[in-house]
Parts: sequence; C-alpha cells; structure tokens
Amino acid sequence: MSDLRELYQQVILDHYKKPRNFQRLDGANRHAEGHNPLCGDQIAVYLHMDGDTIKEISFQGAGCAISQSAASLMTTVLKGKTKAEAEELFAKFHAMVTGDGHGADPMELGKLAVFCGVSEFPVRVKCASLPWHTMRAALEGKDEAVSTE
Amino acid sequence: MKPVVGQRVAKEPCQGCLVGFGPEKIRQDFPALRVTVHGKPLVYLDNAATTQKPQAVLDAVVRYYMQENSNVHRGVHFLSQVATQAYDGARTRVRRFLNAAHDHEIVFTRGTTDGINLVAQSYGRKYLRAGDEVIVTAMEHHSNIVPWQMICDEKRANLKVVPITDAGELRLDEYERMLSDRTRLVAAVHVSNALGTVNPVREMIALAHARGVPVLVDGAQSVSHAPVDVQALDCDFYAFSGHKLFGPTGIGVLYGKAELLEAMPPYQGGGDMISAVTFEKTLYNTLPYKFEAGTPHIAGVVGLAAAIEYVERIGRKQIAAYEADLLAYGTELLSAIPGLRLIGTAKDKAGVLSFVMDGIHAHDIGTILDMEGVAVRAGHHCAMPVMKRFGVPATARASVAFYNTRADMDALAKGIHKAIEVFA
Repeated sequence: MSDLRELYQQVILDHYKKPRNFQRLDGANRHAEGHNPLCGDQIAVYLHMDGDTIKEISFQGAGCAISQSAASLMTTVLKGKTKAEAEELFAKFHAMVTGDGHGADPMELGKLAVFCGVSEFPVRVKCASLPWHTMRAALEGKDEAVSTE
Repeated sequence: MKPVVGQRVAKEPCQGCLVGFGPEKIRQDFPALRVTVHGKPLVYLDNAATTQKPQAVLDAVVRYYMQENSNVHRGVHFLSQVATQAYDGARTRVRRFLNAAHDHEIVFTRGTTDGINLVAQSYGRKYLRAGDEVIVTAMEHHSNIVPWQMICDEKRANLKVVPITDAGELRLDEYERMLSDRTRLVAAVHVSNALGTVNPVREMIALAHARGVPVLVDGAQSVSHAPVDVQALDCDFYAFSGHKLFGPTGIGVLYGKAELLEAMPPYQGGGDMISAVTFEKTLYNTLPYKFEAGTPHIAGVVGLAAAIEYVERIGRKQIAAYEADLLAYGTELLSAIPGLRLIGTAKDKAGVLSFVMDGIHAHDIGTILDMEGVAVRAGHHCAMPVMKRFGVPATARASVAFYNTRADMDALAKGIHKAIEVFA
C-alpha cells in the first residue's frame, strides 16, 4: 500500500478528479494532440503564445489518473513560463519520472514532485510524460499527433 | 446480486470437475505459478494473452534440444530421423486434437496471426476480385482485421463487419443478410479475446456454406477452453496459437480443408516447400510442406505436442465445465462490486471477464492489482473497434485457465476493492 500511496498521491488524485484548465482554449495559436496506443490515453494541449511566453495553456483528454493529473498539473506550472523554461522543466520532470535524476533537487520541481513515485513503475512513465511530449509538440508547432510508441 | 443468464453457479467449488487432478494438484505442474510478485504469490489472470507452461512442455523442449536436435526432412542420419519422427508425429497429434480428416491438412505456422495472413495472402490473392466482399465480425482481434484490410485494399475488395449487440453477441440476422453473391470469405473469431463471447460458428458456417462461401475460424481463444472438432464445425480454415494452449511461443497451427489448401498458391518460398527447383521452374512440394518454407520451429512443434498431450490428459470437457463454474463465480463476485460494469455479457462466454470502473481507469486498476500480485491485462486488447463499440477507451480483463481457482477470483475482487479504496 505504501508504494501505491506514493504513486497515487492525494494531489494526483485531486487533479485526476478535478482537472484544472480542462477546456479548449479560445484564442490558442498552438495546439497538438498526443496519444498512447498501449492504453488509449488521449491528450490535446492548447497554447496561447505571446512571443516566446506561454500566456495561456489548457488541455482536454481522457485516460488514466497519471496521464490526466500530469496534464492538469503541467498546465498549472507552465502558465507564464518562457519556451526555454518549459523545456528545462520538462527535462527535470522527465529525469525524475524515469529515475534518471542524478540527485536532481525535487524542490526545483515544486508541486510536480508528487510524480516522483512514477519512477518505481516503469510501465507508467509514458503516462506521466505524454502531456509533456504533447506540450512540446505544440511549442514546436508540429501538426502531426504525438505517440508514445 | 443478479443471477447471470445462462451461467450456472455451483454451490460448492467444483474441485471434482478436473477428474483425478484438482486445480491445486495441477498448479504444481506449472513452475511459473510459484513466482512471487511484489512479495505476494502470483495470481495469474492474463491467460487470454498467454498461458503458463507445464513442466511437461518445458521438459519436452529441453529434451529435444539435448537429445534429438537436428533438422527435419533432410538427413539420413540418426538424429535427423528422430527429429523428423517427432515433428511428423506432432502433426498427427494436432490432427487428432482437432479431429481433422488428414495429417496434411495441418500446417505449422508461427501462430494464429501467421495462419490468418497465410489464408489472406494465398487464398485472398488468388480468389479476391474488385468489388468482392470479405465478412468479419465487430469483435475481431486486430489479427483478424488487418490481414483482410491489406488484401482487400490490394484487390479493391470490401471488408464487411457484422455488428454486435450491447451484450457483445453477434447479430446473426445481420450476418445472414450480409452474405451475398459478392461474399468470397467469412473470417470470424470463435471466442472473443476482449469480451469472452462464444460465437455461433457452427450456424455461421452453415449459412455461409449454403451460399458456397468458405469460413475461417480464429481459434486463438477457443482451443484452450473447450473441445474443437473441425469436421463437426465443417469450417474451412481454423487457426490457433501454441502459446495460448500452454505450449511455446512462436508456434501455431493452421487447419485447412485439403481441397482448398491444394488449390492455393504457396505463401512463402524457400526450402522444404519445393520438390524440384531449377532457375526456369520450381515444382512445389505436396501438402502440408507447400506451406512450410524453411526450417520449421521444430522445438516449438515438439513443445506444442507435449502441451496437447497434457491438455488431453486433463480432458477438454472437464476443462470447459470447470472454467464455466469459475467464470460464473467470478462474474457473480465482480457484479456485486459497486461502480463496476462488465463489458461482454453474452449468454455463451468462455474464459474472460472484461470490465470498467466508474472513476478509475483500467490502467490504474491494472497497476493496483499488480501490486497485489494479480496479473490482468489493461488496455484495448488488440481489439480497438470493440472498445469503440462499447464507448470505453480501455478495459481491465481477467482471463482464466484451468489452473485458476476460486481463491484467484477472490484475490481479484479484493484487489478491485483496494483500487476503490485508493481512489476514494
């Protein structure tokens, strides 16, 4: 049970049940879709970029608790960040969930640190990283859908 | 607790069903069932994906490599004769297992997928014309959809899909209506891997034959659960996999009626499938070798024969009765869990309990059950059209074999309650 509680932390369950910024974004100028064919998770990420800055961000989707809460939390931390800051945050987040942290300070990740338990569940890494990959595709302005496969 | 129509629940656990064996004794034959997972005993309920292997199968494969290893149909030396005998003997065993009329109607393949592709590429390429139709059902595994899409695309033929009801049963009336002068082949799953539905293949075959249409039956999920008699069914092709029948991976069987196989061109070219080769012309070998190009998976064939022997010793009728009881028990347990919805509630089912939960995604259920040592599959089960039909992205699926027990079902239910607790 302790491992499970580490994976399904209250913050994660809260964001799963009440996702933040869960809508299409009026005035979005970037958009990308991602899916995980293994489990059917789907995410659409909408960005309103003001120059290099993420002015607004939202998502829609359906999937497991990890993917949906990761998307929800991602939108809450990326608003107002620059493209470079978003990339840097993704690199740290990815290192944490893959267990490739090399002593990275979880404090730097703030509330995203609730996903630290994911590294104990290798098959769930894709769930946590799908929204981020999709967000990056939106940043890059790529049109094709992102797949975790 | 609502009783499930058509399913009988015994008052007492059906220990006596497996005559002289009993599941506890049988479990000792399967080394993998002794594995512990996250410190808990393994409860293996992913048998529709693959089954565990009894010691007898492992021993047969090891014995083959240690004492009999040689190529077949090639050497005059001792070992080659031993290997050839084992290989051809296995074919006879498979023929009896399916009650086929002739040994040469049994073609060894890599598995069900390979067998279906063989028929699509060989039969389909020869007989399909533009505007022709191939009929499949809405509950097919991708392996009985994609090979037909590929050949239909190539031949500009059309794939027709028989719809299913909300219970996951085939609309036999629709099927009958869809059969037409343009129908060239019906390819239907015997037992659905995603829903557990047992299709009325005998009726489907009779209806198709009335119009002169041959039928391929995907038997991947049926051979391990109940007796199969290809002559009684009168199917034209029947494909199954060794690894879902307690045998090795990478080996399977395609049964085909001799007159159909005779008329079909080879699927692959190479050694063993020829009788004479010159650069001008090649004479193909007779059945079944025409369809077995290259050195076959001899160890796999030997292992498959051992698996069939094992299954026959327990008895497929006994297996069917025991599993029906187990499935009914599990159905009752799961139906009583609040927020749980079974996907696939056909009257005639085998082996599978597919379900979704309110507010808990199948993938999360899978992870939480795994932490309890309970192995289920979570996802679309290589049947994405089935998921779409039921409006769910994925299901969690528990699938049984004869070595599973009521205690395994109890562990499953307990694990689901744990998931509810975590997500409360």
